[in-house]
Amino acid sequence: MASKQQLSAIKGSKVLMVGAGGIGCELLKTLALSGFPDIHIIDMDTIEVSNLNRQFLFRQSHVGQSKAKVARDAVLKFRPDISITSYHANVKDHEFNVDFFKQFNVVLNGLDNLDARRHVNRLCLAACVPLVESGTTGFLGQVTVHVKGRTECYECQPKPAPKTYPVCTITSTPSKFVHCVVWAKDLLFAKLFGDKNQENDLNVHSKDGSSSSKHAEDVFERQEEENIEQYGKRIYDHVFGYNIELALSNEETWRNRNKPRPIYVKDVFSSELASQNGNLDKSSNGDTPSLSAMASLGLKNPQDLWSLKENSKVFLEALKLFFSKREKEIGNLSFDKDDQLAVEFVTAAANIRASSFGIPLHSLFEAKGIAGNIVHAVATTNAVIAGLIVIEAIKVLQHDIKNYRMTYCLEHPSRKMLLMPVEPFEPNKSCYVCSETPLDLEINTHCSKLRDVVDKIVKAKLGMNLPMIMHGPALLYEVGDDLGEAEVANYAANLEKVLSELPAPVMGGTILTVEDLQQELKCSINIKHREEFDEEKEPDGMVLSGWTQPRAAEKNGKTAVDSEVSTSSASEAVPLETEDDDDLQIIPTITGKKRKLSDISNETKNKRKAEELDSKNDVVMLDDENSDMSKKKRQQ
Amino acid sequence: MSEQEYQSSQVVIIQKTAAIPICFQVNADGLKMLLYNTHEEISGKRHLVPWNSHLIPKFLRLKIDDEELTEQETAVYDRQIRVWGVDAQRRLSKSHILVSGIKGTIVEFCKNIVLAGVGSLTVHDDRMVTEELWSANFLIPPDENVYSGKSIAELCCDSLKNFNPMVRVFVEKGDLLSFDVDFFGKFDVVIVSSCSLSTKISVNEKCRRLSKQIAFYTVDCRGSCGEIFVDLQNYIYSKGKADEKVECLLEYLSFEEAISIPWRSLPRGLSKLYLVLRVIEQFEEIQGRTPGEISTADFLNVQKLRKELCQIHLMNESEIPDSLLQRLLAGGARESSPVCAIIGGILGQEVIKAISGKGDPLKNFFLFDAMDGKGIIQDISKVQAPKTEFGLGSVERVENIV
Repeated sequence: MASKQQLSAIKGSKVLMVGAGGIGCELLKTLALSGFPDIHIIDMDTIEVSNLNRQFLFRQSHVGQSKAKVARDAVLKFRPDISITSYHANVKDHEFNVDFFKQFNVVLNGLDNLDARRHVNRLCLAACVPLVESGTTGFLGQVTVHVKGRTECYECQPKPAPKTYPVCTITSTPSKFVHCVVWAKDLLFAKLFGDKNQENDLNVHSKDGSSSSKHAEDVFERQEEENIEQYGKRIYDHVFGYNIELALSNEETWRNRNKPRPIYVKDVFSSELASQNGNLDKSSNGDTPSLSAMASLGLKNPQDLWSLKENSKVFLEALKLFFSKREKEIGNLSFDKDDQLAVEFVTAAANIRASSFGIPLHSLFEAKGIAGNIVHAVATTNAVIAGLIVIEAIKVLQHDIKNYRMTYCLEHPSRKMLLMPVEPFEPNKSCYVCSETPLDLEINTHCSKLRDVVDKIVKAKLGMNLPMIMHGPALLYEVGDDLGEAEVANYAANLEKVLSELPAPVMGGTILTVEDLQQELKCSINIKHREEFDEEKEPDGMVLSGWTQPRAAEKNGKTAVDSEVSTSSASEAVPLETEDDDDLQIIPTITGKKRKLSDISNETKNKRKAEELDSKNDVVMLDDENSDMSKKKRQQ
Repeated sequence: MSEQEYQSSQVVIIQKTAAIPICFQVNADGLKMLLYNTHEEISGKRHLVPWNSHLIPKFLRLKIDDEELTEQETAVYDRQIRVWGVDAQRRLSKSHILVSGIKGTIVEFCKNIVLAGVGSLTVHDDRMVTEELWSANFLIPPDENVYSGKSIAELCCDSLKNFNPMVRVFVEKGDLLSFDVDFFGKFDVVIVSSCSLSTKISVNEKCRRLSKQIAFYTVDCRGSCGEIFVDLQNYIYSKGKADEKVECLLEYLSFEEAISIPWRSLPRGLSKLYLVLRVIEQFEEIQGRTPGEISTADFLNVQKLRKELCQIHLMNESEIPDSLLQRLLAGGARESSPVCAIIGGILGQEVIKAISGKGDPLKNFFLFDAMDGKGIIQDISKVQAPKTEFGLGSVERVENIV
């Protein structure tokens, strides 16, 4: 229960929660206990077993059901007198438009991906509804408040981009296990089980790779009368044997690198494959509830490290199970961390490739974490963060602007603080989302198609959901349900046209207007023509500036690894700790070392963000009238 | 000591003979052992003696390595194993926790620790459900028909069991003060909440009398403020990453020792909330009130007590501001749910750290005030002034002993 003033503010409120997952469950509970009378909650997800360790409103028996609905029912059991409205839907759906958002006093985010966060940010800006944003990873987390015109919006600061890797590292010269996982997941898995029409770099392994591509096209198709086992072995030999040999033929590549070792089925199994097959047939007769190569092979512990032979068996068995038991899905599959068989296949393939390149092997548990970009999550941090969200939400309801805080939940104390409040920043004047600053796009207008701009810029970088592109009064592109056939055809044709050949030609000096009516976001893009781009550093073949660029993308141009960045700006303050410690590090102030106060500001700064954070904090701390710490610091 | 008890905690003291109690640490990767002769003191400091692992009983080595998590455990705990590792998860599943005094903060804590997958949780609180107890509790439905004479502990136990079928939840009845030392010896972690100052001190003291090291905590929320106290006695834990692990020793004070440290010798920049809570706690104790049984009507009397205490401690009264005192008095026994969630979350994290031996544990007070939003760690053990009668062993020492 809160104080009287707080209670009266809470009493008349109507709030929207986006996300009923880790933070969402905790948040819904704390809102209900705090007396919030009218809560709406949107979540498109259904409940998974791995949610049960922290999403305490869910039970084993709820697996497969809508998170939003089950969470609602669970909370109504202990607070039946409040109103909770659940939506099992995507927050990006049409129904959740600006008018929908306008009915709420505050929006509370408990989301797990950047895309949805950006979308909600824009709707909140458009609807003039304050947003309390949050994110956690492991023991780290943060809560921020975004009020249009008063504080920065969610997109005023650069967000860490999904980690990406240069194409050739993945296709030809992996040096870390994660490279093998990306290859297994995004290339091999996609090639074998995904959409056949998707571009796939699987065979780009040498400069003159074209010689192999014809051969490759045939290789990945299963022949008419080929049995599954033959097919599996053929794929195995092709990707782990033949392709490696082909890559080896390009000696230039290996001058300064360790040469990989081609691996063929016959090398691994010599004579015993026959007996293994018998074994497989027997076990696959039993109806296992979830299809698993591990289960058929008698491998139990996902933490175990498999030998090359075991990995090879899993690879062949998983492939066989896909083609025999899940044939209908082939062609439509995309990797899903909750798909056991897919995880097994990717683990095995990554490990075999790792063997080839002399990279240490990993367990299924580890590989799953890497492949699924699984975010470490515990109940305690989510509970703390949810508590902080509610505290901010109550301030927002009371319009207590001067007391808004963003709060970091740290793993190790910084300035004796485990929970560190910081005053919110002012809006970034050059933010393309909450200000009207135009963007610049350098592009080769004679080569790049409108489709490139739509996919690589408007959707991928600007995060628009239903974009509309205009050149002066001329409409170049638009999506929507209410378009006529002729329009659809017209726009489809435009997509394939080079910019300078569009009906209203786009050239250097052109100003494009890009608008998303759902997000009510409109921005201008100044086009600058440029002939050439560095393939490695600027793989998009175009460069957008004036846009807050994700940090990871700054260093080198890369092919994106699709991933969910779960912590929102949590990673801003406290970059995620990931498996790959080389690239990402925790900021110094939260490493385990003991340090004196005076050391803090002199810390070696984190590669990414710490510097900015630290300096910001100092400013804020000085402004904070309660801050004994800042005074002390100045004395020192 | 039985095999089971050996496994239930990370640091074990074997009382082989009365003369040589020894302490060692069990690591999962084989057994890197430390023997710790608690009786031997060199120049006033206890010291740790490396020891050969072959002296450790064999059954221990076998047991720790043998146990694997079940498939169900691996599936449900997947995301958190990625945070603290299989080894820590295994330790959690063998730990036994006692909580007493079930209000909002403890409910939050219980939820967290049951989800985390401890071996067992024992809940103690014989009170019947009241509006006050119900208000920050999400384990009890607002239906008096369900209560049918059940205590709050019994009602919460029923709900908690549903949270995680892999955790056993028990109810303990009786007066907390009447429980003897052996009773507390059944647990690895003991947490008391909403009880008197003297009860806290007494339970803490009983836990300390056991040869086995019990992690002791007190926790309370008052209005928008919350406090956690931690006593891990002599706590050994490992620090750093896989290759460069160092073992560290932290020495904690008991609750009584900590709050008896003269205020003037407390670290500078001390949170005002710490002193305000000490005054209110004293006030309740003297008046024989239950925790939170206070209101703004008590302000004059509390001011009087503040004056007396400040005189004893040679402290300026302005260190204990009226505004904060009044806020806490006005809050009474009321809890703020968000604050309960925050304090219960931090406490859960700390208990997990203490059991798993991973990560720097909190030492030894945590204070949170929703008004300024700061969650501060306050180490109340550094005596800067000359040693006092309470200051025994109070010099903080972190040692690398491997």
